Amino acid sequence: MTRNAFLRRITPQLIILAIVLGLNVLVFPDFFDVEMKNGRLFGNLIDVLNRGAPTALLCLGMTLVIATKGIDLSVGAVMAIAGATAASLVVEGNHWLVAVLGALSVGALCGLWNGFLVAFLRIQPIVATLVLMVAGRGIAQLITEGTILTFLDPGLIHLGAGTVLGVPTPVLIWLTLGLFVAVFVRRTALGMLIEAIGINEASSRLAGINSRVLLVCVYVVSGIGAAIAGVIVAADIQGADANNAGLWLELDAILAVVIGGNSLLGGRFSIVASLLGAMIIQSVNSLILLSGMPPEFNLIIKALLIIAILVIQSPKVGHLLYILRASAPQPHPKQLPPLKENLR
Amino acid sequence: MSIKSILLASVVALSPFAALAQDMTIGFSQIGSESGWRAAETTVTKQQAEARGITLKFADAQQKQENQISALRSFVAQGVDAILIAPVVATGWDEVLEEAKEAEIPVVLLDRTVDAPDDLYLTAVTSDLVHEGEVAGRWLVDEQAGAECRIVELQGTTGSSPAIDRKAGFEKAIAGNDNLKIVRSQTGDFTRSQGKVVMESFLKAEGGENICALYAHNDDMAVGAIQAIKEAGLNPGEDIKIVAIDGVPDAHLAIANGEMNATIELTPNMAGPALDALMAYKTDGTVPPKWIQTESRLYTAADDNQAIYEEKNGLGY
Repeated sequence: MTRNAFLRRITPQLIILAIVLGLNVLVFPDFFDVEMKNGRLFGNLIDVLNRGAPTALLCLGMTLVIATKGIDLSVGAVMAIAGATAASLVVEGNHWLVAVLGALSVGALCGLWNGFLVAFLRIQPIVATLVLMVAGRGIAQLITEGTILTFLDPGLIHLGAGTVLGVPTPVLIWLTLGLFVAVFVRRTALGMLIEAIGINEASSRLAGINSRVLLVCVYVVSGIGAAIAGVIVAADIQGADANNAGLWLELDAILAVVIGGNSLLGGRFSIVASLLGAMIIQSVNSLILLSGMPPEFNLIIKALLIIAILVIQSPKVGHLLYILRASAPQPHPKQLPPLKENLR
Repeated sequence: MSIKSILLASVVALSPFAALAQDMTIGFSQIGSESGWRAAETTVTKQQAEARGITLKFADAQQKQENQISALRSFVAQGVDAILIAPVVATGWDEVLEEAKEAEIPVVLLDRTVDAPDDLYLTAVTSDLVHEGEVAGRWLVDEQAGAECRIVELQGTTGSSPAIDRKAGFEKAIAGNDNLKIVRSQTGDFTRSQGKVVMESFLKAEGGENICALYAHNDDMAVGAIQAIKEAGLNPGEDIKIVAIDGVPDAHLAIANGEMNATIELTPNMAGPALDALMAYKTDGTVPPKWIQTESRLYTAADDNQAIYEEKNGLGY
């Protein structure tokens, strides 16, 4: 994609993000203030970037999975499993790196399982990943034995609550990984191959793409992304909460992908647009918290904003806007011929 | 009062009944183990029964009402002397309670009540959620002693009865004290991570130095909020006073470390008062009141929280 085409692709997301951030400023004028406090950047904008990290990490893999015409409902549960694994490993006295590697392996294993069900057993993705979505929390509870498993390992905690040069670690993690995945799929043919599977798997296979292996790969990426998110969430509260970690976050991740303008029917995708979608969702959450409205209104406000965002993005409305613009009075066809003559 | 001393005291107090209780068999239908508190309740119930020499038949319903109903039916079939039940939902109990009544087996409800005619059960042992909020509110009123205080509140899951009642109780207790004002109130869904996220936004929206106290509807949210306060460079427990409800081990640990000021215990010992009432009923026919309220005890830095933490940690929280 050329630079211009790329910018045009993410323009709607950038505009919506600007509008939602503008609404934040409206309810809280100091929204953009960022200061150094206690050796870390402190401000609402930093919170949006930091709290959006789990959704951003989930929507990396989710974008790829959706591009293959699939869906991964299990990511929230995989987060819980990964967090529980990391916590139990450090509690047993392992080094935090071992714990993180353990959690990532578990995430990859979960992805492998989903991929196997989808690519080899040909189970529909929504059903295949539903299995782990339901069973995953149970597995996580088995690991934590039903309690919130707390830990005090500074290395692991740093991943969720620490900072590097004042920037919260989760922000750096998702920005780095996001950039890496976005560049990697576009600088190689991988992105195109994934799109080919989503558009027509049978013909992509006939064209020589090893679609099964690629399918498994995207689910593994999704699992690993979920595992990283799970470790961050657990590290943030210094404990693995099997009941609540990542609860309903798979839906936020899917929403981020949709707000990012990616079709659930597969095919063309944009990682950057999905990440912007994740930030839009987090800005909406921030708006709700800052507005000071009673919590009874939380879900209503969120729903209204999201409906508005989706309506603006819908093809019908886009077409309508196009027609309105095209039928705008100025470049009226009848007036055009004389204008051209004048120019000559 | 430690759990051990409760047990000892009850053993001593009940020794006259002990001989009689020895051949008593009680069925206990537990909801499941959805939370640490629930696991602790199961542990304490077993301990309480053992201390009284009662044989306890335990049935875990795994969050399903049909499992509880069949457990109750099997208790009736086995002819137990009494039934304890922590009902998973409020409705749909009439029929099976009727069966127990016909078999003349008294039923005691633990921790939650049901929507059924109250002649179908002997008594209900629960804590008063509104009262818990009031204890928290009164603590803050006394602590501030007239000083200005801007309070932020972390509510439980929107619409849940603990969230509604604990909010109402707290507001009732601070009503009439113009120095105390709730400036922000938002839900933290009873979880640590949401407690932390919402506290972060409170700290920014109000400015950390402008918040004097935090009232959280449960300890987990308070524990999350403590981390947010620390990350903002403030001292939880000093710069911002913290009071919450439940009395989970981590809250006692936080109080011991000076990072939290008070917690109101939702006691896991619902079985103690229930068994006492049952034994009195069996020996001399004393009919207990329809509702036995458990104590909502306030723990502050004045208690030995380190010891309580270690003791409670063994209960399965």
